[in-house]
Amino acid sequence: MLEIRDLHAYYGQSHILHGVDLDVQEGEIVSLLGRNGVGRSTTCKAIMGLVPPQGSVRYRGKELAGLRSDMVAQSGIGYVPEDRQIFPTLTVRQNLELGLKKAGKFGRWNFEDVYRLFPNLANRQNTAAGVLSGGEQQMLTMCRTLMGDPDLILIDEPTEGLAPKLVEQVGDLLGEIAKRGVSILLVEQKLTIALRISRRLYVMGHGRIVFEGTPDDLANNAGIRQEWLEV
Amino acid sequence: MEIVIVSLLNGLVYGMLLFMLASGLTLIFSMMGVLNFAHASVWMLGAYFAYEVSRFIGFLPALIIAPLLCAAVGAAIEVWGLRRVHHNGHVAELLFTFGLVFIIQRSVQMIWGMLPMPYRVPAALDFPLFTIYGANFPAYRGFMLFISALMLLAIWLMLKKTRIGLIIQGALTHPNMVSSLGHNVPLVFTTVFAGGCGLAGLAGVIGGNYLVTESSMADAMGPIVFVVVVFGGLGSLGGCFIASILMGMIQTFAVVIDASIGDVLKPIGIALSSETLLGEILTVPMARIGPLLPYLLMVFILLFRPRGLMGTRDT
Repeated sequence: MLEIRDLHAYYGQSHILHGVDLDVQEGEIVSLLGRNGVGRSTTCKAIMGLVPPQGSVRYRGKELAGLRSDMVAQSGIGYVPEDRQIFPTLTVRQNLELGLKKAGKFGRWNFEDVYRLFPNLANRQNTAAGVLSGGEQQMLTMCRTLMGDPDLILIDEPTEGLAPKLVEQVGDLLGEIAKRGVSILLVEQKLTIALRISRRLYVMGHGRIVFEGTPDDLANNAGIRQEWLEV
Repeated sequence: MEIVIVSLLNGLVYGMLLFMLASGLTLIFSMMGVLNFAHASVWMLGAYFAYEVSRFIGFLPALIIAPLLCAAVGAAIEVWGLRRVHHNGHVAELLFTFGLVFIIQRSVQMIWGMLPMPYRVPAALDFPLFTIYGANFPAYRGFMLFISALMLLAIWLMLKKTRIGLIIQGALTHPNMVSSLGHNVPLVFTTVFAGGCGLAGLAGVIGGNYLVTESSMADAMGPIVFVVVVFGGLGSLGGCFIASILMGMIQTFAVVIDASIGDVLKPIGIALSSETLLGEILTVPMARIGPLLPYLLMVFILLFRPRGLMGTRDT
């Protein structure tokens, strides 16, 4: 479904991605692991066209490299950024509405789904999103992207800074997303969720993929974990 | 008393005119990060277009045609100009709009000359609407208030009640996110730029005959509109509105106040001779400091509240 070949990206003069190769199949949950600053977020941004990508990003046979972000989104990829970027002055409901690609055009997800999964958001749907707690904002960000009914969703560090109970909720939502047939590319630093739900994992270091395998492969490979993941 | 009421009304008329210009500029500035120096130049074009159209087919058609022409000019500037220099950064964009100011001014001078245009208030609106304390309030000023109030309502409805308004509001804070959700942000930018220029054009139509239509009118209006935008704060139309009305009031009231700061200090026992430097400054009548006041206010607000009155973010 998604095939990335020899992807390079730059921030100004600095070379961030040094030829990344990565695949996501239909219906698959794939995790992209690694320490801070190794290029995981940049990989997502390069796929979305938010950072100019060099190399090939093919999605269902169509080349995405060079397209504007809205065209990438329109072709069926959703993006949940690490810094959430909720619209603080708009209400919860308006945030969700902006996730819709066309007014009133619902796919796998609608307002009721979101409100059933997260009653907190239902109670506060007319509240300005800027006053929500960090956890609620994270749920809102993910749901906002889901409203656009992507077939593949890139989720950047959804559990960062969340309490353990909320991390569980994020895990449940990821399961619900997968159940509805949406493929996931999950960027994470914590191993727990990634090992539990992923079919395959990639580990990044210094702008390259340094490991690819199943959760079992990674669990058995202490060397990779020590060198590239553990602090 | 009559001075207060008449000045209040005049201040409101001028303030609403400022808002018509500043609202477009603040939307463009907040969304695209472009401080469009040429905004007041488009306002001037609006006045000249209105003069030409009203000469041939009348004032009412001019009220519609001139803003549309200005919107078209705005769309052209955005698509063929700004979008191309955009990837070279904000400084390039700034210089580009700065250059436009001169191009538009010279073009206007080449086509229409340096002398003021005989663009007058239409005869149908040239009568006193009412008289307070012996002073006439011209019907045309009432008409200006009506048009600007209508415009205010239209902007508000567009931003709060329509989907494009929702997308614009989102793009005010996180344009990249709006784009990642599948909305065509460049198209939204062009729409906002054209809309802002159209509003400036409308202000030109109703302001050109209220003030004077001449090739230096943009130079006079440009700086004060920037003050309004900075004072009101980025990303806030509410702040922009308050700042516009405030500047309108300050400018009209200052002209009619003959007292100086020194006169206020005298009754409380502080007398200053005009021979010292400070004394000299304090004895200048308000009417003469008036034009300076908006800029002083801007300096103060930048010192104590850098985001402006109601700004939601930094530049």
